[in-house]
Amino acid sequence: MAQRNDELRDNAPSGPIETAWDRHRFDMKLVNPANKRKFDVIVVGTGLAGGAAAATLGELGYNVKAFCYQDSPRRAHSIAAQGGINAAKNYQGDGDSIYRLFYDTVKGGDYRSRERNVYRLAQISVDIIDQCAAQGVPFAREYGGTLTNRSFGGAQVSRTFYARGQTGQQLLLGAYQALERQINAGTVKMYPRTEMLELIVVDGRARGIVTRDMVTGKVEAHLAHAVILGTGGYGNVFYLSTNAKGCNVTASWRAHRKGAFFANPCYTQIHPTCIPVSGDHQSKLTLMSESLRNDGRVWVPKKKEDTGKKPSQIPEADRDYYLERKYPAFGNLVPRDIASRNAKDVCDEGRGVGPGGLGVYLDFADAIERLGKKAIEERYGNLFEMYERITDEDPYEVPMRIYPAVHYTMGGLWVDYNLMSNLPGLFVIGEANFSDHGANRLGASALMQGLADGYFVVPYTLGNYLWSERTDQKPVAADHPEVKKAVADVEARTTKLLSINGKRSVDSFHRELGKLMWDKCGMARNEAGLKEALARIPALRAEFWENLRVPGTGAELNQSLEKAGRVADFLELAELFAKDALHRRESAGGHFREESQTPEGEALRDDENFSYVAAWEFNGVGEEPTLHKEQLDFEYVKLTQRSYK
Amino acid sequence: MRLTLNVWRQKGPSDKGGFEKHSLSDVSPDSSFLEMLDVLNEQLIEQGKEPIAFDHDCREGICGTCGMVINGMAHGPQQLTTTCQLHMRKFKDGDEIWIEPWRAKAFPVLKDLVVDRGSFDRIIQAGGYISVNTGSAPDANEILVPKTEADRAMDAAACIGCGACVAACPNASAMLFTSAKIAHLGLVPQGQPERYSRARNMVAQMDAEGFGGCTNHGECEAVCPKGITLENIARMNRDFVKGMFIARQEPKAQA
Amino acid sequence: MATRTLSLADTTIGKKAVMAVSGLILLGFVLVHMAGNLLVFSGPDALNNYADGLRKLGPLLWIARGALIVAVVAHIWAAISLVKANDAARPVKYQVVQPVATTYAARTMRYGGLIILFFIVYHLAHLTFGVTVPGGYAPAPPAGMPGALSGTDVFYNVVASFQVPWIVGVYVIAQLALCLHLYHGAWSFMQTLGFNHPRYNPLRKKFAAAFATVILVGNLSMPLAIMAGVIKLPS
Repeated sequence: MAQRNDELRDNAPSGPIETAWDRHRFDMKLVNPANKRKFDVIVVGTGLAGGAAAATLGELGYNVKAFCYQDSPRRAHSIAAQGGINAAKNYQGDGDSIYRLFYDTVKGGDYRSRERNVYRLAQISVDIIDQCAAQGVPFAREYGGTLTNRSFGGAQVSRTFYARGQTGQQLLLGAYQALERQINAGTVKMYPRTEMLELIVVDGRARGIVTRDMVTGKVEAHLAHAVILGTGGYGNVFYLSTNAKGCNVTASWRAHRKGAFFANPCYTQIHPTCIPVSGDHQSKLTLMSESLRNDGRVWVPKKKEDTGKKPSQIPEADRDYYLERKYPAFGNLVPRDIASRNAKDVCDEGRGVGPGGLGVYLDFADAIERLGKKAIEERYGNLFEMYERITDEDPYEVPMRIYPAVHYTMGGLWVDYNLMSNLPGLFVIGEANFSDHGANRLGASALMQGLADGYFVVPYTLGNYLWSERTDQKPVAADHPEVKKAVADVEARTTKLLSINGKRSVDSFHRELGKLMWDKCGMARNEAGLKEALARIPALRAEFWENLRVPGTGAELNQSLEKAGRVADFLELAELFAKDALHRRESAGGHFREESQTPEGEALRDDENFSYVAAWEFNGVGEEPTLHKEQLDFEYVKLTQRSYK
Repeated sequence: MRLTLNVWRQKGPSDKGGFEKHSLSDVSPDSSFLEMLDVLNEQLIEQGKEPIAFDHDCREGICGTCGMVINGMAHGPQQLTTTCQLHMRKFKDGDEIWIEPWRAKAFPVLKDLVVDRGSFDRIIQAGGYISVNTGSAPDANEILVPKTEADRAMDAAACIGCGACVAACPNASAMLFTSAKIAHLGLVPQGQPERYSRARNMVAQMDAEGFGGCTNHGECEAVCPKGITLENIARMNRDFVKGMFIARQEPKAQA
Repeated sequence: MATRTLSLADTTIGKKAVMAVSGLILLGFVLVHMAGNLLVFSGPDALNNYADGLRKLGPLLWIARGALIVAVVAHIWAAISLVKANDAARPVKYQVVQPVATTYAARTMRYGGLIILFFIVYHLAHLTFGVTVPGGYAPAPPAGMPGALSGTDVFYNVVASFQVPWIVGVYVIAQLALCLHLYHGAWSFMQTLGFNHPRYNPLRKKFAAAFATVILVGNLSMPLAIMAGVIKLPS
């Protein structure tokens, strides 16, 4: 591997990429089976990544404590993923391979991910399907009983496994059931309705967390030999997103404040197929699976004047199937960022449809004519029903209206090849880390990464870390000054939030922050807008701490208090987000800088100057964070400007 | 739209609780039921009162967190719909709406409309899984699953664990929930080795949690947002009774 | 955590199975009982000979009676213990209840069951022990005549009773309750015992409706026919 001078080391094995993970696994130390139960491991978040990790670590014999804010680990937002999960099984014999999935993922991520991580992900993808099928996940089947696949999100091969439109749900239930099995076996202790509010760092190592019981309000320290965060992404910084209402950045942000680097916060995936906003009351956006683009055709009227007409009144000749027109090879299946940006462009031109002109049509008329209504119903029935429930329009009769919405955040806490952050003992998995998707995530890859990290990566790498810590098996004393301080900090913060007694509700701040982020740090960003955001965020944050009103007390179930803590952290993250976006003066994947585009208006990378991971170190609220760079080397995939023409 | 709301308020599990009346104007028919409550809560906070606590998360009908009994119907008047996906256009201007929590001994109220459904997790803990350790799985295509069976398993697996079946059942029975998992795992070949012990142990735990029995009213099926059918209960009954006859050891339940 | 061991009869599903199996036995009894009694339309000889025939069964009759008693007791035991558990499962009731799928029959099973229980007691007292038969329990016809063996003139007892309006009233109410009870019970036992198949499910409800109707019409035809004077005492 090339000689590096940068500060951050990915700790990936060198040598041929195809054998890197196998060699690494052999080189890693193993914890003796009898010793595993002597190690306490904390897992925060019980979605695909956290749930899978907690279950697997329990099976291995570690002493696991798992935490989630939901009332049950079965409800983590992984459950909402609809479309599917990629795996390089090549069951369809259509030319797929581990190398191709690796290649597609690196390319799809616009060359901003770590090659070795991605290769490992592609390798592991095949094991995930085996594991999930063995757990009883009811994947879609052929009549002969074998697994079936579909092509998804711009892939040229059919490698996506799915369980109707509820793949995330079924995979999560698989992990949840495995977790419940371990809870029953006594290896995992589960803490639902419990929120992590602080990370405990002792001697530079992550050694525990401080939690608040969301029912009783009890603040408590939990100590362990290692802490794993599988706490998801931070899309809710935009207020309106496809994330669940409870999704938050608090666990990651608390870790960041304690020294963990936050990488690439500006990489945000905007999903092209969401149901458009209908009014001010809107509390969240609903995603329609991207698989809809397999059969639906995206169009807007050619003429502005037609936008008010009913779609049936617009003749074929007056429709602009703009994705098919601009990208003949991929058509409606171009990657998410391209589909999203093009939707924004046509709406900016005034050709958008529906309330506020913020929508484009996704039309199934041709597919229904070609395949029949029944076939469409079989593929998308539940999505069509959901659409009708929300909009009161029947998509079998009238084209759907869709608009992009924030969906996934590729950025997250920085981790090395072992998924360990720069803070020893702090592992970060799933969407919470930054690692595998680069600047843009391919469709059906989030489930793959979450499960890969949880089932197949962290159980190995954690053992290696614990082995290296074996001489330091003494638990941290409950009255260690760091523990006491962390608990006191949490209590002080709670008291502060409750005592401001201002005039504005948490939601009003959150909504304002979200609108600002969407306008200035959304689908397209420019220097002026980002600078404006950087001026306004601290002001909003200051107002938050002066004018917030949180009714009730801290010693009870208090949903306003929960939200207040989360929005407080979003207000800090937002600033870092905008800083990162401003510093990255290139367009890459989910980060589109208007200053950096090709003459045709496509995203233009600047590999010369920005082929690195930007990992930010916290220096205090409002203080300038320190930028650490992890240089990205591409030995296998040739850097090209992405073209889906 | 103008609405009169009678909302159940209860400070904690030991509080007796009661209804509180609110009126709300300018409700958008395009807003969801929960968004309507958001608006009410914003008003309450403005007035310096405590907002109504209710459970919700994904707001797209899949996480199973939300749920309230609306005018005597679990998840409200629209079939196959969770509370978060219920839209106000299903109500009329001037309507009076009664909002209550799920009521069951096994779902104690934590606050207002928030209940503790930990009993569902314990039913799953008793056997709602296939015992396979990570890494020990054969190739996924080695075990063939007929499409019809996979589809039926998926029908049952669609359960979101919201608890509406319990809320709607005149007996507060959890049989639809329990049977959906038993059917899902019992329909796929991978689930066969534990099929009967799973039925035994899950039913034993279900009973120990204090849920009622099934008297075949069909209310659960009617309110289920995911269309889980009574067929699953019949199947569970078969598997359970057979399981009890062939058992070498009778099941134990956490008391 | 404390654990306890469970047997089939401890569980809700076990109790439901007991309910269904005993109910099935009782369904059979109700049908056969009605079929036999309909002989009243064929006149005193037919009915009294049928009663004699039953008597002649001797020990077999007692086995059948024993089975019925066990079924009734089991049915009641399961009902009481399930009702208790079901009531305990919802300590705080809803303010508003809007049923979506359940039927009146399903909701009134416990009350219908009670009415039927009282009716069984009365029915036994009435036609087995002769209480409330007008003019007293008729003695058996002389030896050699139909009905001689049964110890009583069944035809007389029946016909004389159903000329009394309040007795007919009691039977009508009881049969209506029985009909409702059967309407839910006759498909419900299949569901409980695991017979559920989407293709045949509509048949379950149709069977239950048909069964309940046949029993209602059959059983009510007798007192009503007698009251209307279609069947008379031999003069």
